[in-house]
Amino acid sequence: MNRNVRFAIAKTHLLARKKQSAIAALGVTFGIGTFIILVSFMTGLNGLLDGLILNRTPHIRIYNEVKASENQPIDLHPQYKGGKNMVTSIKPKQELAGIRNAKALMSVVAKDSRVKGVTPQVSARIFYQSGNILLNGNAIGIDVLEEDRLFDFHQYIVGGSPSDLANNDNGIILGAGVAQKFSLHVGDKIQIMSSTGQTYKLKLVGLYQSGLADIDKIQSYVNIKTAQRIAGESGSYFTDISVKLFDIEQSYDLSKEIERSHGINAVDIKTANAQFETGTSVRNLITYAVSITLLIVAGFGIYNILNMVIYEKMNDIAILKATGFSGGDVKRIFIYQALMIGIVGGLLGLLLGLTMSYVISISPFETEALPTVKTFPVNFNGLYYVIGSVFAIVTTFFAGYLPARKASLIDPVDIIRGQ
Amino acid sequence: MESKIKLDCDLPIGEPSVILSAKNIQKFFTDPVSIQVLKNIEFSVNAGEFVSIMGKSGCGKSTLLYILSTMDTQYEGELWLMNKKITGLSGKELSAVRNEHIGFVFQFHYLLPEFSVLDNVKLPGLKLGKLSPEEVEFNAMEKLRMLDVADQATKKATQLSGGQKQRVAIARALINQPAIIMGDEPTGNLDSKNASTVFSIFKDLSRELGTSLLIVTHDPDFASKTDRIIEMADGEIISHR
Repeated sequence: MNRNVRFAIAKTHLLARKKQSAIAALGVTFGIGTFIILVSFMTGLNGLLDGLILNRTPHIRIYNEVKASENQPIDLHPQYKGGKNMVTSIKPKQELAGIRNAKALMSVVAKDSRVKGVTPQVSARIFYQSGNILLNGNAIGIDVLEEDRLFDFHQYIVGGSPSDLANNDNGIILGAGVAQKFSLHVGDKIQIMSSTGQTYKLKLVGLYQSGLADIDKIQSYVNIKTAQRIAGESGSYFTDISVKLFDIEQSYDLSKEIERSHGINAVDIKTANAQFETGTSVRNLITYAVSITLLIVAGFGIYNILNMVIYEKMNDIAILKATGFSGGDVKRIFIYQALMIGIVGGLLGLLLGLTMSYVISISPFETEALPTVKTFPVNFNGLYYVIGSVFAIVTTFFAGYLPARKASLIDPVDIIRGQ
Repeated sequence: MESKIKLDCDLPIGEPSVILSAKNIQKFFTDPVSIQVLKNIEFSVNAGEFVSIMGKSGCGKSTLLYILSTMDTQYEGELWLMNKKITGLSGKELSAVRNEHIGFVFQFHYLLPEFSVLDNVKLPGLKLGKLSPEEVEFNAMEKLRMLDVADQATKKATQLSGGQKQRVAIARALINQPAIIMGDEPTGNLDSKNASTVFSIFKDLSRELGTSLLIVTHDPDFASKTDRIIEMADGEIISHR
């Protein structure tokens, strides 16, 4: 009963000053709207940048490094033990470029519960040949479908598709830089020469563009068998093993375990991309700082407007109190008004945020590094909308509550006498 | 006829019943220096009595009225309304007392500008909540008709003339059928024609509805027509007439 009366008074107050109420609600709308737009856009961009590295790079790369033996013969000789041994011009060990017993190693690693997938690579040095011209290059043999499943290989492909390579043993996905130099298009043939001088004719089934011009001028992808043939090695020859984990945070631990138990080099993504890690945390920090600042600014704006609304109503407060409304009634009347402003403004803010985010998400965005991305990335995460609505209601409640409480405590006489 | 007079005489002392009584009320203003603005105020108002308080500006009559109307709680002494001690009640209880038992008419009408005339009159009734909204509306229209402003019911309060506003304010004061109506110079802002209309409304109220009236004024004409005049000077009551 009483609540209905208070509610009716609050509604009348709001509707009697439509312009002022609208401005107050718009303050909330813009605060919440810009918060959602910025957070969605910034986290979208961050996700894109993170994905550039995280989705495409193996979490652990297993390989054989060419290096000198750590235990030189002189260290083992009892006569020189304890002394300082200096040997200059140590030569690296003579070793196979491939990983020893790679298939067994892969099946062991793949059985680990932390591992999402394992796929091998064969790297072979080649020359691209066009008439008399030879260009230095590098052919990487991959299991295309696994590579695509684990590392989004298709994101690099600008012409053709990964499955075209899987279906064609004599196919090649050529670096875009090489294709440009030789004026080649998908469907054309290209001749390549191995380091031993043998030539192969391969069909161009796709173009590869990483965004790094230096790589695109050199690198091409073929099937594993083709690469092994070019390298002149057997079917058990693999130069790299890429491992993807379910949880990237475990990559360091697992890489160390593999190194220890298999006596091989394994590098985790964070060690290999230390600068990326810093970039990500800085970007996240900026996102948090900007969104918190936005919410604080919006909060003060809302508080200011509601404060003004209530102080302009001092006369009405005195009248209501003189005719028998209690301080609690007055307080609730103004909190209702604040909440109505908060709910309407907040809903419009969510709508504004969603609309603008959508507009951004369909705006064209072309970049060399991301041949498959055509529009700006936006993160449509429901959580931001929940944060936005909770914030709108909590802020308007307190922004209304503080001045309303003050108003509720005032003696009507103080207002009437002050006239 | 004779028997009726006899009946009146038989009533015990103290009847007709006391509606409002002030017992030894003192009031100090402490800012900037301590000044006593009310000294030993002691009086009472009976049911149906029309009392006016007179005095020069600054003699404390408005201050007294705000204390009596429960809107000012910073005083010493005791205030009783309908045999109930009002002094010391909480703000919420005082609001309820004001709402149900006291009607207040200010010098300036003090209507809520955003609301229609009818809503202004209805609000204290809806707050009381003893009647359904339909009954409150019916009563409000009744009061407006009684005060001859029923045709203005749907207008906003700001669209009315001064005399009309004051009549609406009186209708609002009446909506919960209070025991007592208090006025702080309710005719002070009106021309003589409107002032006399308001006076006759008050007179009718006390005679026909038995409502007590306590009106602060410095219009001697107005005061002279009331049942009793309480005269104040320098914070004290100097005479009852």
